Amino acid sequence: MPELHELSITEATGLLSGREISSRELTQAIIERIAAVEPRVRAYLALTTERALAQADAADARIAAGERGPLLGVPVAIKDVLCTEGVATTCGSKMLQNFVPPYDATVVSRLFGAGAVMVGKTNMDEFAMGSSTENSAYHPTHNPWDLMRVPGGSSGGSAAAVAAGEAIFALGSDTGGSIRQPAALCGVVGMKPTYGRVSRYGLVAFASSLDQVGPFTRTVRDTATVLNAICGHDACDSTSAPLDVPDFTADLDKGVKGLRIGVPKEYMPASLDAGVRARVDEALAALEAQGALIDRDVALPSTEAALAVYYIIAPSEASANLARYDGVKYGFSYQQGEGMWDNMEKTRGRGFGSEVKRRIMIGTYALSSGYYDAYYLKAQKVRTVIRREFDAAFVKYDALVAPVTPTTAFKIGEKTADPFEMYLNDVFTLPVNIAGLPGLSVPAGFVDGLPVGLQVVGKPFDEATVLRVAHAYEQSAGWSSSRPPL
Amino acid sequence: MKLDREVVTHISKLARVELTDAEIETFSEQLTEIIGHFDALNAVNTDGVEPTAQALTLRNVMAADTSRPSLPRDQVLALAPSTDDGYLRVRAVLE
Repeated sequence: MPELHELSITEATGLLSGREISSRELTQAIIERIAAVEPRVRAYLALTTERALAQADAADARIAAGERGPLLGVPVAIKDVLCTEGVATTCGSKMLQNFVPPYDATVVSRLFGAGAVMVGKTNMDEFAMGSSTENSAYHPTHNPWDLMRVPGGSSGGSAAAVAAGEAIFALGSDTGGSIRQPAALCGVVGMKPTYGRVSRYGLVAFASSLDQVGPFTRTVRDTATVLNAICGHDACDSTSAPLDVPDFTADLDKGVKGLRIGVPKEYMPASLDAGVRARVDEALAALEAQGALIDRDVALPSTEAALAVYYIIAPSEASANLARYDGVKYGFSYQQGEGMWDNMEKTRGRGFGSEVKRRIMIGTYALSSGYYDAYYLKAQKVRTVIRREFDAAFVKYDALVAPVTPTTAFKIGEKTADPFEMYLNDVFTLPVNIAGLPGLSVPAGFVDGLPVGLQVVGKPFDEATVLRVAHAYEQSAGWSSSRPPL
Repeated sequence: MKLDREVVTHISKLARVELTDAEIETFSEQLTEIIGHFDALNAVNTDGVEPTAQALTLRNVMAADTSRPSLPRDQVLALAPSTDDGYLRVRAVLE
């Protein structure tokens, strides 16, 4: 049997339901694991140990009273972009260093209602802007597979925590790949549901038309289990979809026989790392061997423009969303200036880090008089073209499969000097946000000891098929039992 | 197109973000490079194409016109650096 901190959600709830372990024992095992590896990994910004033990005791009381639940008593790590009542929510920024929200995000209250136990808040790129977690205002996080390398980002802390056994599962947020990319680089499962599937209430806003909350887990089945708990309409988020939520675990074992799977050729360019290409090819062969009908010649011709679309739309929305940090209502406030405007400019100049300022500048420029039509409006039109290309593909295919990232994890410090080089990390993930589709990263083996992720993308609100394809591959590949040598 | 120091300074004023001299220099170079890549958009023909603001098909979501409790005012104001008699306090806007 694996050690307690290595359990999947399914294994943990099996033991909890059978009263073989208590939630307190499981939570204590996670706390001990954190004490052992956190000085090297640094996945967390804050630990909530006392509160976790109290939540664990409450879960044990519910179990003793006869209640059973798929997350009851299971330790979770929460990305520090999600509001937690009474627990500081910094967003990885000095701007929110002392911000203690007076309410829980909807996803957080749903997890607490289901009896999950929060062990801490995880590190992230400031305001979720970045692909390496190096933009955290506090400290970098280290990839558990190679401590000299980044875990990816922006949800790098959540991905590293699950990979390192510092949580049984975690929540992150994905605006252009911020769940899938770190999941791929850390060798865990990560999913961005369809835009509108999960409430954004209490998610600190970055780019509101692209942001979506999702899970990090060790298995695809666990991802389905967490989705069951967090998906669904929320009156507090007017962009949350008023649709019924299916049981995402129901179709997991149906297999891929006869499923039509497309591979967009723009996602397998000549520049793709040879090792990553080999792992993706092997995964495709595995799916084919199980009866999937693979077409390796799908065309999504506007993919090349997606990076530009994203880096106009996301910073434009960010420049508007981050206008709220004015030093007046909450957060860091510079008070010694010459007047109100000077205070505001100094608050924002000193409270935000470089990447956040860079994106506010890009967005402000793209929205400014004289450039709006050439940049923002043009990007929104190309966004329509990209969506239509996906729509057309999904007439012919049940799912699309591609790499998650062009390379495996890079070294800490390797790409910090060149922002555009860093942006290229998200080239295979951000088109999925532009189109609002569900996308998942499942471990697909290793190159030189570093994990590779396979991306599965589905039709809007068809998470079930994405999970089914990923589960079928995972079962045949067996990577889910791999653990980093910490 | 080159975003020179003057343009960067103008944008920082619009965004209400104070930049240091060194930041203005760095951003001038970096933003020029990044915005240069936006030319990729011109390769896509968008004649007659409607813009997409968000991927959902929802339109004009209305909330029922009923009252419900909000967060307690004192709890929210406690987060602010300066308050006065139930209000947020700022320096004079017009001086």
